[in-house]
Amino acid sequence: MSTPIPVTVIGGYLGSGKTTMVNHLLRNANGLRLAVLVNEFGELPIDEGLIEAQDDDIISIAGGCVCCSFGSDLTGALMDMAVLHPRPDHLLIESSGVAIPSAIVGSLSLLDGFRTDGIVILADAETIQASANHKYMSDTVLRQIADANIVVLNKTDLVNEERLGATFEWLANQNPDVRIVKAYYGKVMPDVVLDSFLGKASGVGPSHHTADIDVMTLDIEGRVDVENLARALADSENGLIRAKGFVTSLCGQKMLIQVVGSRWETSNASDSMKDGIVCLGFKGEVLQGLKMLVNSMTVETVPQG
Amino acid sequence: MSETIIYSAQKIITMNPSRPNATHVAVQGGRILAVGDLTELETWGPYRLDESFADKILMPGLVEGHAHTMEGTLWRNVYCGFFDRADPDGKTWDGVKTIQAIQDRLIEAEAKLTDPDAPLSGWSLDPIYMDNKRVTRADLDKVSSTRPIGILHASGHILNVNTKALELGGLLKPGINHEGIPLGTDGLPTGELFGPDTMTPVGVHVGFNRSMTDSDEQGLRDFAKLCVRTGVTTITDLAARLEPDGVESMLKVTNEETYPARVVPLQIFMGATAKETVDKVIGLKARATDRLRLGRIKAVADGSIQGFSARVRWPGYHNGAPNGLWYTAPEQLAELYRLALAADVQVHTHTNGDEATEMVLDTLGPALKDVPSPDHRFTLQHCQLADAAQFRRMDKLGMCVNLFANHHFYWGDEHYRLTVGPERATRMNACRTALDTGVPLAIHSDAPVTPLGPLFTAWSAVNRLTASGRTQGEHEKIEVSEALRAITIGAAYTLHMDDEIGSIEVGKKADFAVLEDDPTEIGGANLKDVRVWGTVQGGRIFAAADL
Repeated sequence: MSTPIPVTVIGGYLGSGKTTMVNHLLRNANGLRLAVLVNEFGELPIDEGLIEAQDDDIISIAGGCVCCSFGSDLTGALMDMAVLHPRPDHLLIESSGVAIPSAIVGSLSLLDGFRTDGIVILADAETIQASANHKYMSDTVLRQIADANIVVLNKTDLVNEERLGATFEWLANQNPDVRIVKAYYGKVMPDVVLDSFLGKASGVGPSHHTADIDVMTLDIEGRVDVENLARALADSENGLIRAKGFVTSLCGQKMLIQVVGSRWETSNASDSMKDGIVCLGFKGEVLQGLKMLVNSMTVETVPQG
Repeated sequence: MSETIIYSAQKIITMNPSRPNATHVAVQGGRILAVGDLTELETWGPYRLDESFADKILMPGLVEGHAHTMEGTLWRNVYCGFFDRADPDGKTWDGVKTIQAIQDRLIEAEAKLTDPDAPLSGWSLDPIYMDNKRVTRADLDKVSSTRPIGILHASGHILNVNTKALELGGLLKPGINHEGIPLGTDGLPTGELFGPDTMTPVGVHVGFNRSMTDSDEQGLRDFAKLCVRTGVTTITDLAARLEPDGVESMLKVTNEETYPARVVPLQIFMGATAKETVDKVIGLKARATDRLRLGRIKAVADGSIQGFSARVRWPGYHNGAPNGLWYTAPEQLAELYRLALAADVQVHTHTNGDEATEMVLDTLGPALKDVPSPDHRFTLQHCQLADAAQFRRMDKLGMCVNLFANHHFYWGDEHYRLTVGPERATRMNACRTALDTGVPLAIHSDAPVTPLGPLFTAWSAVNRLTASGRTQGEHEKIEVSEALRAITIGAAYTLHMDDEIGSIEVGKKADFAVLEDDPTEIGGANLKDVRVWGTVQGGRIFAAADL
C-alpha cells in the first residue's frame, strides 16, 4: 500500500483568515500537488489567477493542485480524495468556522489512506478574545484553540505591539502545548503548516521568510531511542514548531519521526533514507540546544559488517 | 369551461371560521367553486352531483409542514421499528419488540435475496424501547455472516451493521479511537456507528449511500402513496439538496397526471454561501409548478436533543453531557436572513435546543430592522425546548413555529429521564404556549423519523402522552379544534400558502382529506384512530384502497 496522504486540518472562527492562508499556500505550493477541501466555495475561495478550470464540485488550480467543496459530506469527499488521480501530495481541510477540528481528525482516523499531519487554527489577533467571549460561540472557539497543534495568530498588523503580546499570552494560557506563529494576510512559511514542505530544499523562500523562524537540520550519527527523541522534540521547552526526519533505532530499524507542535509520531521507514532531522523553530529559542540534546540521546553506531 | 361537480358529504369541516361546517362542496377545474348546502350551490348553474362521499367526512387536505421525501425510499428496506407502521402499499408491518424478532424479520427478507453479495438493509430501529439493549454485529451476523447488513435507526443518526459490513467499510480493526464507535471487549467495533462521519464509510456497503436524503423517482411516488393514506395533500421535503438532476426528476414525477400530492421542497443551507443559496432558490422559484413549490430555504442551527448535539442554555443537559454543536454560525445566518428577506424568499430554521432558538431570535431581530418585512413568516422548525419568553419574542418578530408534537410521544420519556430533565421535558413542544402567545402554529412528524400521519400528530398534541403512557405537560395540551387547525390552515400559513390551501372555501384548491370518522366527534383520545379513506387533490380523487 502506498504511504497515506498527510492531512492538515485548518480551522478557526469565521473571518480568521483561513481562506487567505490557503490561497497563500496554493500560491507557494512550489511543485507540491496540494488538494484542498473546503466547506463551501464561497465568494472567492481561490484566487482567480490560480484557477485553471472549475465545475460544480472541483476547481483545478495551477501546478496540479485541486480544490473541492464538501458541504455536509466530509467523509464522502475524503473517500473521493483517496482515489483521486494523480494522487495529491498533501491534503488541506479548511473546516467551517463552527467545526470542532478534533472531530474532523477523529473521522479522518477511520479512513484508510490518510495520516493526520496536525491541526492548524487561525486566530484573528484583533477579534479572537472577543470571539472567545461571544454569547454563543465562546465554547466553540475555545475548543478550536484547545484542539490546535499550531495557532497562526493572524492579522498582526491590525493591533499594536502591546495588544499583540497580550493576545499571544492569552492564547498560550488557553493551550499551553500549542505553538503560536504570528502572521498577517495569512502569510506563513508553508513549512509551518505542511510537513510535506519540510526538508524539500530549505523551504524558506524569500517571499514568506519570517524573521523569527529558523530551519535547521540535525545530523545524527548513531542510533537513538526513537520515541524518547520524538517526545523530546515535541516538548514545548525546545521551541520547535515542527520536525521531520529519519533516524536509526537502538535495534537498527530505520524510523521516520514527525512532530507538529506537541503532537509526535514515529513509523518504520526504508533503510535507504539518510539519518537527519529537519527542524523548524523559533529563532533565538532553544533551537541551538537541540544539537546537544540529540547528541546526548545518541549511542555510538555499532560498526557495520 | 370545465364541468362543475358537487360532492355531498356527511359533513364538511371547512376550517373557514365564517362557515365552519357544510354538507356540499362544488368543484370546478380543480378549485372550490362554492361550499354550503345543495340549494346554495345549485345557484351556480349546471352541475353533476357526486355522492361517493355521502357517508364520509371531508376536511381540508392535510398539510405536513416538516417531512422528508426519503421516507418513500426507505420503505424499500426492511422495517425494523418498534411500533406498527403502514407502508406505501397499505400493508401494516408489526412493530418488532425484541432483537430475536428483528433477526427473524431480517432472516425472512434475506431468504428472498438472490444475489449472495447484495446488502441487506433495514431501518427505523430504536433500542430505547427495548430497555436500551443495543444490537451488536454478532446479533446481525446470525442473520448472515457473508453479506453486509445495516439497520438505520429511527433518528437517522445511528447505523447498526454486521461484521461483514464493518470489514467492507475498513472498520474491522483494533485501535479505533472515536467517540462515535463503541468498542467491544475484543477491542473491535461493536457494530454500532454514531453520526454521519462514522456511518458513511460503512453505509455505502449496506445500501445507504451518500445521497440517501434525496428521494429517487420511485421513492417520490411511494411517498405520495403514504400521503394519500394519511389524508395529506400538501407536504414539505424539508432538507433537500436540490441538485440539478434531483430537481428534474421531482419536476417530472410530480407533474405525472396521477401524482396525488403537492410537494414543497426547501433548499438546505449548507455547503454554499448565503448569496449562492438565495440566488439558487430565486432561480428555482421561477421553475415552481402547482405540485412542486420550489423557492424556500431551510437553515440548520444545531443538532438533536437525544443525540446531545442540540445547543441548550444553562443549566445544560440533565445528565451532564457537554453542550451540543452549532451547524451554522450566527454571522452566516444573519447574512442569509438579510438576503432572503430582501428577495422575499422564506427561510425555515431548524432549532432543537433553546440556545439555538435564542440565537435565531437574536439574529432575525436585527435583520428585520435592516430589511423590514411585515409578513415574512420565517418559521422555527422543531423548536422543541423554547420557553414562554422565547414564544413572546417569536410573536413580536412575526415568526411562526412548527413544533415536533410526535417527538413528545416517541422520546418524551427519554427527555424526562435523561436529556433535559423533568421540568424542561414537560414544556417541550409547547403548543398551548405558542397559541396563547399568538404564534402561528403547525405540528409535524418529521417523517421518516416518526411516521407520517397528521391525525396522529394532532392526537399527540392534544394528549401529550409519552410511549410509556404518562401525560407529560398537562398544561401544554391543546384542544382538538386547535390541533386540526394546526395540521391544515396552520401549517399552510407557515408556508405562505394559506391563501390557496388549508381550508375548504371558495377559490381555494379542491384539496380534501376524505375520512370515515369525524375527528371533531370521535374524542381527543381517539383522534389517531380516525380512518382515512383517501384524498381529493386539485379535484382529482385518490382512494387509498385503489393505490
